Amino acid sequence: MKLKSYKNIKMSVLAYIESSKGKVKKNAFEIVSYSSELAKKLDTDLVALVLNCNDISELSKYGASKILKVTSSELENFNAKSYANIIAQAAKISNSNHIVLSSSLDTKYLAPLLSIELDAGYLSNVVELPSSLSPFTVKRTSFTNKAFSDSTIDSEFKIIGLSSNAFGLLENNVESSVEDFNPSLIEEKITIKSTEKISGKISIADADIVVSAGRGLKGPENWNIIEELAETLGAATACSKPVSDMGWRPHSEHVGQTGKPVATNLYIAIGISGAIQHLAGINSSKIKVVINNDPEAPFFKAADYGVVGDAFDVVPRLTEKLKAFKA
Amino acid sequence: MKILVCISHVPDTTSKINFTDENTVFDSQGVQYVINPNDEFGLTRAMWFKEKQSAIIEVINVGGVSTEPTLRKALAIGADKAIRIDSEPIDGLFVAKEIAEYIKSNNYDLIIAGRESIDYNGGMVPGLIAGLLQINFITNCTKLDIENNTATIEREIDGGKEILSCSLPLIIGGQKGLVEESDLRIPNMRGIMQARQKPLEVIPPSNSNSKTKSIKFYKPEPRKEVKLISSDNLDQLIDLLHNEAKVL
Repeated sequence: MKLKSYKNIKMSVLAYIESSKGKVKKNAFEIVSYSSELAKKLDTDLVALVLNCNDISELSKYGASKILKVTSSELENFNAKSYANIIAQAAKISNSNHIVLSSSLDTKYLAPLLSIELDAGYLSNVVELPSSLSPFTVKRTSFTNKAFSDSTIDSEFKIIGLSSNAFGLLENNVESSVEDFNPSLIEEKITIKSTEKISGKISIADADIVVSAGRGLKGPENWNIIEELAETLGAATACSKPVSDMGWRPHSEHVGQTGKPVATNLYIAIGISGAIQHLAGINSSKIKVVINNDPEAPFFKAADYGVVGDAFDVVPRLTEKLKAFKA
Repeated sequence: MKILVCISHVPDTTSKINFTDENTVFDSQGVQYVINPNDEFGLTRAMWFKEKQSAIIEVINVGGVSTEPTLRKALAIGADKAIRIDSEPIDGLFVAKEIAEYIKSNNYDLIIAGRESIDYNGGMVPGLIAGLLQINFITNCTKLDIENNTATIEREIDGGKEILSCSLPLIIGGQKGLVEESDLRIPNMRGIMQARQKPLEVIPPSNSNSKTKSIKFYKPEPRKEVKLISSDNLDQLIDLLHNEAKVL
């Protein structure tokens, strides 16, 4: 790998933009918004790196003044090691000491590999811009959202993994210049045999709204009311741990400390009592609504809005009212 | 097949989280420690390889003497040997470097770690070890099979799953799915007795460096009181979500 280090060019912040089927993923705009503000703080430029992505016009709306564009049929499928290697090359040619990543599963997969490639300090689950540049200090969630910490990175290269929906979107229209970038490619040693995406459904990671249900639903056959509510809201569906342990719903829907963290704008919990492990998993969600027939359910103490009532009565009526509201 | 399972010693999932020394240190008073759940799914899967494919299981932890009961529990579940690298962990990189150093002088076919620990949630140790040793790495593993030196793995991806294969040696980040919750083993008396006789090797750290540091902890702000809405007045809920919370 031959790389020139352009020490004479201005330092940059590198934002890694994920894409799917040629389009930037929704989380990209938050990554660019954050990176753009970070670049201002550091008095540096912002460089956004895109891989196999044609539709990049919207990135300029959030401050991506320079876009490095990689196009290669060999990078069609995600491979953590190859992608980490390309981001490392991009960091070096763009003279970027700060690299901003999302919290998607793919990006969290490649982040530690990138950290070794660049000899960089890496912090995941970051929720704010740095409170200090020297030492470089950011706030991150810790103890599965039961706490926060101020953490420092003291290496020259720094990798910041931004927690989903922690920063939000910040419009900052700029003119973007696009530069093609042809990185050297490494040999892939892991073979992808098949990829299966649940079609027609929004994943928890991409959702603005999550509708989640627990044992109060009494059985998997009753999930139609949850799915209908989710569909009406354009929401993803999720569930509590007992529900996934009993096999009512797939593990991929299990939210909580040993399941998935959910950092969404609106989390609606139906028939979930609110065990501490579940609450930890959803703590980063902005607005929480609880529907439960037990007024003593601990979830009411962690919620913004609550309805005491039977799910089988409340949920279908709420769905109907939401349909009318949306119409 | 020789398997190394990395064990994080973490507060039980029901623990109340508090800090001491002006919020710079986790307050371990009254806290029950357990094997990190993501590591325990991996250890339990390793037991399957031991019972069905005669694998040897070793477990490793970077920590002080207070973590030994957690390692003994792993031995009681069925691991053959435990290694404790005698140092307080500073950050994920420090832990990864210490474990990678140990792996270099003790060959393993498979290294299993959790996708993340439930205390600091760095989610980086297995990936860092993979990077340091330049071996294959797959995280968010929900299924793992090994035949003839080749691993077949199911990995959770956002909105679905992916089936991957690669040759050993391999390090994985495991999670629920590797085994089910109901497959987890509670050590029986025989296991606990045997664990006392099994080797628990304590080795000095190789003084790895770290690059990050947690300097101060906070607890989330106390929440404001929940607003209760009558189940007869769901229009009010929609109105609040639309006009007050602005999420609809």
